[in-house]
This record gives sequence, C-alpha cells and structure tokens, in this order.
Amino acid sequence: MKSLAELAEIRERMKDKIALREGNNEIRIVVGMATCGIAAGARPVLNAFVEGVNAQGLEDHVTVTQTGCIGICQYEPVVEVFQAGKDKVTYVKMTAEKAARVISEHIKGGKVVEEYTITYAKKA
Amino acid sequence: MIRAHVLCCGGTGCTSSGSPKIQETFTSEIQKQGLSDEIRVVQTGCFGLCALGPVVIVYPDGTFYSHVTVEDVPEIVEEHLLKGRVVERLVYNEVAAGTAQSDMGEAHASLNDTTFYKSQQRLALRNCGVINPENIDEYIAMDGYRALGKVLTEMTPDEVISTILDSGLRGRGGAGFPTGLKWKFASGNRGKVQKYVCCNADEGDPGAFMDRSVLEGDPHAVIEAMAIAGYAIGADQGYIYVRAEYPIAVKRLQIAIAQAKEYGLLGKDIFGTGFNFDLDIRLGAGAFVCGEETALMTSIEGKRGEPRPRPPFPAVKGLFGQPTILNNVETYANIPQIILNGAEWFSSIGTEKSKGTKVFALGGKIRHTGLVEVPMGTTLRHIIEEIGGGIPNGKKFKAAQTGGPSGGCIPAHLIDTPIDYESLQAIGSMMGSGGLIVMDEDNCMVDIARFFLEFTVDESCGKCTPCRVGTRRLLEILDKIISGNGEMEDLDRLEELANYIKSASLCGLGQTAPNPVLSTLRYFRDEYIAHIVDKRCPAGVCKKLISYKIDPEKCIGCGMCAKNCPADAIHKTSYVAPGHKLPSMEIDTAKCVKCGACMDSCKKIQAISKG
Repeated sequence: MKSLAELAEIRERMKDKIALREGNNEIRIVVGMATCGIAAGARPVLNAFVEGVNAQGLEDHVTVTQTGCIGICQYEPVVEVFQAGKDKVTYVKMTAEKAARVISEHIKGGKVVEEYTITYAKKA
Repeated sequence: MIRAHVLCCGGTGCTSSGSPKIQETFTSEIQKQGLSDEIRVVQTGCFGLCALGPVVIVYPDGTFYSHVTVEDVPEIVEEHLLKGRVVERLVYNEVAAGTAQSDMGEAHASLNDTTFYKSQQRLALRNCGVINPENIDEYIAMDGYRALGKVLTEMTPDEVISTILDSGLRGRGGAGFPTGLKWKFASGNRGKVQKYVCCNADEGDPGAFMDRSVLEGDPHAVIEAMAIAGYAIGADQGYIYVRAEYPIAVKRLQIAIAQAKEYGLLGKDIFGTGFNFDLDIRLGAGAFVCGEETALMTSIEGKRGEPRPRPPFPAVKGLFGQPTILNNVETYANIPQIILNGAEWFSSIGTEKSKGTKVFALGGKIRHTGLVEVPMGTTLRHIIEEIGGGIPNGKKFKAAQTGGPSGGCIPAHLIDTPIDYESLQAIGSMMGSGGLIVMDEDNCMVDIARFFLEFTVDESCGKCTPCRVGTRRLLEILDKIISGNGEMEDLDRLEELANYIKSASLCGLGQTAPNPVLSTLRYFRDEYIAHIVDKRCPAGVCKKLISYKIDPEKCIGCGMCAKNCPADAIHKTSYVAPGHKLPSMEIDTAKCVKCGACMDSCKKIQAISKG
C-alpha cells in the first residue's frame, strides 16, 4: 500500500462487513423463523432482506434479525418492522419479491406497504 | 450475503477453557445446516467478562452466551442461527433478566445493556472483542492506521507531540508520567541520531492482564501508535518487549507485524512520505524487574536484566546508549484515537489531572472477574459494586488492593475514593498497571502483605542492598508475626525498615516494594496487633494461629472428617454424646496440618469449628 486512498478503499470495503457488530438499531426488521416460518419459506425472505438492506446501503441504520414463532402460523412468513417512536408494522405471507418492495417503499421511503400488512390481510 | 456474525473470544482466559474447539464446532455445525454463506464465525480478543468464559456473542442481536461448551454449539446453531430462538439457558443471567419487550421488539439479551458494559467507556479496549485481531482489514475498517496517515501527511512531529501533551495522557504502566513530556524530551536532534521507540509489554503484577488483552485483541493499535511515536521523536526502529509467558499475544503480534509490513504500513517510505519505521519483538523471560524501564532496555540489549541509576533518563541515553522512549501497551492503545479525535476530546474525559480512561483487571473476591475500562475518577464503589457485581456469597467487602506488589490496600471506609493517580497516592496506594484485587472478610491483611512481599523478595534482582536484603528482612519480621512470635516493637521495625527501603533502593521495584506492608499497617494495624498480642488471626487464615476443634456434643461420629483428613490426625473417642449412637471424633492438634478438609466435610452437621 502506498497511499492514503488505498487505505480508505480497504476501510470502505470492510466497513459493511463490520457494521453488523455495531448494533445499529434505528430500524429493526425481525423475521419469524420458527418451524412454521421456515416451512412457509422464511429463509429466502430473510436472505432477501439482508441482501436488500445491504444493496441499498441501509446497513448503518437497519438491523435484520430473526425471532421464533409469533403465534400467527397461518400468516407465515411473518416479518415485523420496529422503528423507535412508531407503531410496529406486521407484514404477512411474505416472499422475496415482497421483501424488495418493503425495503424500497417502507424502509427507505418511509411509506408502509399496506396491502402486505396483517390488518389488510384480515380485512380481505 | 452475511446476516450474522458469531464472535468467539480468543483471549487467554477463554482459550484455556476451550474456545478454539468451540469455534471449530461452530464452523462445522454452520456448514452442516447449510448456513455458511449467511453466517460468519470470527475469532476476537477478550470481551472482559473472563469469569463467564468461554464467551460467544452473536451479532446483530448482540446475544451474549456464557460458559459455552462444545456440546452446546449444535443447539445454538439450530435454535438461534437457523430458527431465531435465543438459547435462553446459556444467556448470561443478568442479560437474560434484562430481556424485555420494548417498543423496539424483543430487546434480545444484548451485551450492551448489562451493567457490566453500560457504565464502561472503552477506549483502549474499544476493538477488543469486536474485531478479529488476526485480520488487519478489520482493524482498518475501525479507522485503523488512519491516525498514522494523518500524522504523516497533515502534521509536523512537533504538532504530534503537542497534541499528546495537550490531551493530558499519562503513562498507564504505573507511575503516571505525562506521555507527551516523555516524547518531547526525546525529540531533539531528529534525523541526526539513532533513536528507538520501545513498548513495555512485560506485564508482571500478579492479577494484571490488561496489556495481554490489548495485545491479543487489538495488536495493530499498538503497532500504529509506535509508528506515530517514531515519527514524533524521529526514530525508525521500535521494539516490543513482551513476556514469553504470553504465547497468544506474541503470536498475534507477529501476525500483525507481518500484515502491516505486507501492506507497507511498516517499513520504508510509509504512505510515500519518506518516513521509515520498523518493528521487532523481543521476548522477556519473566523477570518482574524487566518491567522497570532501564532493566527492560538492558535486557533488550542482550544483557542481564538489571536496572541502572537515572539520570541519565532513557530520553537522553536509553537503548544502546541512544535516546529512547518507552511506553506501556495501554498508553499506546490510546494514541491513535487521540490523534483522530483531538486532544480536547480526550481531555474532556476523566478528572482534572488524570485524563481519559483506565483499564482494570478485576480479580479476587468479586463476581465478574475480568477486564473493565472506566473514565478516570470513577469511584471504587462503582467499579466493585456495579460493574464488578459485588462480592459473592454474601460476604462483606474488606479492602481492595491496587497496583500489585508496588501498591497498597484501600480499606472499606475509603470505597468512595475516585480512582485517579493523585487520589490513590494520597491514600497510600497507587494506580500501578491496573490490577484490582478485591478482598472480603476471609482475607487476612497481614497474610496479603506477606504474599506481595514474598513476590518482591523473589523478584528483586539483587543489584542494590536495600532491596535485596531489606525486603528479605521485612519478610522475616512478617513471618515472625504470622507464626505467633511477634512483639509490638516489630511494628516499629517494619515501618522504619520500610521507609529506608523506599528511599534508598535503586529502582522502582525496591522503592515501592514496602507499600503493601505500609498500607496494611496504616489501615489494618488492629489485625497486626491481634496476631502479636492475642496470638490470633481474625480472618482465620494464618495456619500457625488457628486450630480446629470438634464439638463432642454435636459430633454424630460419622467419621467423614477422619476419612478426609490427609494427616491421619482424627480418631474416635470413647465418649458418646446423649442422644447419639456413635462415639464422637477428636483432632490430634500435634498431627493436624490445618488444611480445613475436616471442616469442609462436616458442613451438614457443623460440629467442627476454627479458632
């Protein structure tokens, strides 16, 4: 290495890989990963969220994590979004494609994707 | 895409309780579950909670697993990493208790929420337990080597020195000399004479292990700081003097130095600025005196590690007769952040005369044995009761020993003393390297003084008479008191001799060796008197002053005590107490070795007493 620019380049490249350990908690996306969730396809959903958050460069503010059974197995895969000072949003029957839309519209844009939420699903 | 990191502690404590095998098992189990592309296993340095090791932390949740065994790993992988269910039974209980529903969802048992971490401020330990110490890229991600880049491209050497001076950073090895001043003294004639930068990693105080943890957890911070020091004083060669008893620290340093050289962060023309700096490791053979700066340098030169009189100070005539600066590991670990965040930032932490933070190695009668870093001025009470979790088994706090064999005891009534260089000195102790040994009512203070003195007698290099002979005479007087043959005049003799040794010894070892005796005499004189006048050890520690007795009325004659007695000193009598079926037992005091095994075996009946 001969320059500061090269050092900065390594730093930028590595930062994403370390960010996980800093506990950035402005927004928490929690994927239900109990047996019911996994059986309904929660793993691709989880991966889609992790990849989407990183692809959009949101990893400084958003933590993607998992939890056990939430108790509404018929709606799995279930994803909950927590944000300080705001009501919890529960998305149901998620897919990788729906995850991409949630990231761009809700996580990034701040607008809840109503038709994926549990309130919408119950009404329908 | 990686969604979780499993951090396995690779510090000495956790390694000795099997963390390498745990890490291996994680890797293979994760593979078995097909999660290798999603979860990374990382070896890190010490997290600080050594008493709970082996320790594993799972991010992004920050779930803190303690006392993990190889058998637990498949469960953690399947339950937590695959299915997202925290394995509650392995979560450290204080964290588990704090697990509550909050508006952020399940606040998953996070490490940062424990009182142990909450009231700490980690500067020197900031990367310990966070990054993989064997991967330079992770250090760089945490702003590593940016400070070196900054000084080389934006600052003059004098600006570097004045930044360190303004920050108020003082030596963390014990004496607390201002680091910037040390550098300034060595800064003359840059480029005209050969100079050296040395790092004192010869951590020798019993109970202190913060330097080891920094080297094991964040070796690049020390390397970067030494290069910065080299630039500041105009030195192109550095030496890290580390004890051979720290094999993991040595190995990680070697890896780190090799990586830094490969990246061109050590060697010739660093960052293309024309600055050269090289670094080598020198291993110490475990002599305590080699932690003294002149002895350390003599040892690096390949000679027998003995101190020499100062002046001349190392800044004038140090290693190989050339100007040299020598700083402690923890001192160096602070430097890169002072450069990056500025002197003002650093001096805003701590007290008026003691800036920044200090790492303490908590040991003895305390729940959370381990490493903690707190701002200077934090009270002893806060460290022991809040962060350290208090004294186990409902015992009462009696004293804390700081500064190891050079320091003194702080009695219970001074527990609200703020910890900084001046306050500790004022009460007859010293900061030392930061060992903090907590004692409860079961510790005999005369015995503690004797323990440390025995250590310094062993470790005295023998070059000067006050230390070589004086400490031995001190020890003999203590032995006399402990064996029940002491007289009141011995207390005056102890004090007189201690003061002679302090004022007449050649180096820091002898000058501070009597401190444990003097401070226990000052605060626990009544215990000395009990040993001398009453021939009694109040804590029941000094073997020659205690005896074990069996109460024949309570004894049920089960014989467990006789079975456990290693000296065959317990026998049946012919007396059968009213209401009992078997004859009671009796101890032959002439044969008794006072090990206490009989008392331990009689916990249920409690017929055996000590007095």
